[in-house]
Amino acid sequence: MIINHPLLGPRDSAEFVYLGAATLMDRPDPDTATAEEWHDYGYLRDNPAGPHRELWFHEGGDRSILIVTRNTTTHEITAVELARTVGART
Amino acid sequence: MRYSGFKVIKEALTGHKGWTQAWRDPEPQAQYDIVIIGGGGHGLATAHYLASVYGERRVAVIEKGWIGGGNVGRNTTIIRSNYLLDGNEPFYEFSLKLWEGLEQDLNYNAMVSQRGIMNLIHSDAQRDAFIRRGNAMILNGADAELLSEAQIRLEYPFLNFDDARFPIKGGLAQRRGGTVRHDAVAWGYARAADSRGVDIIQNCEVIGFRIEDGTCLGVETSKGFIGAGRVGCAVAGNSSRLMAKAGMRLPIESHVLQAFVSEGLKPVLPGVITFGAGHFYVSQSDKGGLVFGGDIDGYNSYAQRGNLPVVEDVCEGGMAIMPMIGRARLLRMWGGIMDMSMDGSPIIDRTHIDGLYFNGGWCYGGFKATPASGYAFAHLLARDEPHETATAYRFDRFRTGHMIDEKGMGNQPNLH
Ligand SMILES: Cc1cc2nc3c(=O)[nH]c(=O)nc-3n(C[C@H](O)[C@H](O)[C@H](O)COP(=O)(O)OP(=O)(O)OC[C@H]3O[C@@H](n4cnc5c(N)ncnc54)[C@H](O)[C@@H]3O)c2cc1C
Repeated sequence: MIINHPLLGPRDSAEFVYLGAATLMDRPDPDTATAEEWHDYGYLRDNPAGPHRELWFHEGGDRSILIVTRNTTTHEITAVELARTVGART
Repeated sequence: MRYSGFKVIKEALTGHKGWTQAWRDPEPQAQYDIVIIGGGGHGLATAHYLASVYGERRVAVIEKGWIGGGNVGRNTTIIRSNYLLDGNEPFYEFSLKLWEGLEQDLNYNAMVSQRGIMNLIHSDAQRDAFIRRGNAMILNGADAELLSEAQIRLEYPFLNFDDARFPIKGGLAQRRGGTVRHDAVAWGYARAADSRGVDIIQNCEVIGFRIEDGTCLGVETSKGFIGAGRVGCAVAGNSSRLMAKAGMRLPIESHVLQAFVSEGLKPVLPGVITFGAGHFYVSQSDKGGLVFGGDIDGYNSYAQRGNLPVVEDVCEGGMAIMPMIGRARLLRMWGGIMDMSMDGSPIIDRTHIDGLYFNGGWCYGGFKATPASGYAFAHLLARDEPHETATAYRFDRFRTGHMIDEKGMGNQPNLH
């Protein structure tokens, strides 16, 4: 798979470490979250067959974390964003 | 019809006209006591033990494709019970014992071959870890044997013992481990279950559940509604997709695992060997092909095919321990979808919906578990309580902190 890095252009997916679903960015508020919310955040996943937003860490490159939208039934990648840009927006 | 040596001779002499279908092809009935979703190894084994051990008579297995088309027909066929943790080892040892009696129980040749499995040791720290694992196995009634480098040289003289980076320093052997003809496991369980009246319904996809007031009343399928007193789900890599139809989110990610087979060779490899410094395992099938594999690709996938970086990684592992493998040509490769759980261990449990039960999270090690998984799931479905070897495989272990994490990796499914 080739991941089209927003800053570095097309890169081999083998340069990246896969971190899991992008929902991991929506961490519960440590001050208010219940044990149930932490359980759901830590252990439950949507795991869809189809488009999936997920985190890829460019360990063998510029060490940025990307949000890649990839179809899990075909491996086709339709969008790549910098996680920090998305994180700053929300 | 029973299979036997006598029957083979008789049929050979009479033109093979007396063989009948191994199982029926029934239309679904309107209502069953128990419906199993998924005609893989686990679903079919569940049906067999429900009928043969728990006396259930009105049971159906519903399979969206053909039986054996999923992971049960895609794996590298290794069976073993060399686990460390208490939640796992008694269960896998129970499974190995069931494998040992399987062919007589099913009246079917599944080619169960206890040719032994050998985990290679490359460092002192690894030897300590394997001694601990071997002791845990022995404490649970399994067999384990620590071998020196000299002993392994006698059995596997062609291994790369003196490699500068990963020299082979010994091994942990389980002589009762080995391989089983994977398709024959699906077929053998199907035939045995069918002979006790279980309906095996192929080309029938479950597309939803009928749930009223928190109770599951049956399943919606591509062949219409099928009513059920209890519904058991055993769909491996498709677990999250199926359970989403009951409104559930699971502690599971689906990942692709690849397998490889070389051209047929004369016998070179007596047992199963695994590389301790990377992830590589290999055995030789009775047809002569070297059957091998390694890590999962590492990202969520339902594609049943993998990508090239893992092919390279697996082949490097092979070259590192048995350089002669480089002379063999690769014949076939494929992928299957693994239900990777958050702690690397499975779930056999009720759900919060009455009458709906779940079996999944087998990661890449569910083939060896097939008999015990079927037995324990049948026990749960028939008695509504967990089998004694499967009490730890609960959904709520992630809430209560009772994870069964053999590798100590945490909630990162692609690392298990
Ligand atoms: C390449 C590879 C190598 C492996 N190597 C080993 C090994 O060496 N040792 C080991 O122990 N394990 C191994 N495994 C793991 C093992 O194969 C699986 O854990 C195990 O087979 C899963 O259980 P199963 O047989 O019931 O799954 P499957 O055979 O996948 O059965 C699930 C069935 O459910 C059906 N289904 C799905 N959704 C629906 C629906 N909505 N309606 C109806 N039916 C549905 C599917 O069509 C499928 O037939 C390997 C797996 C792979 C892919």
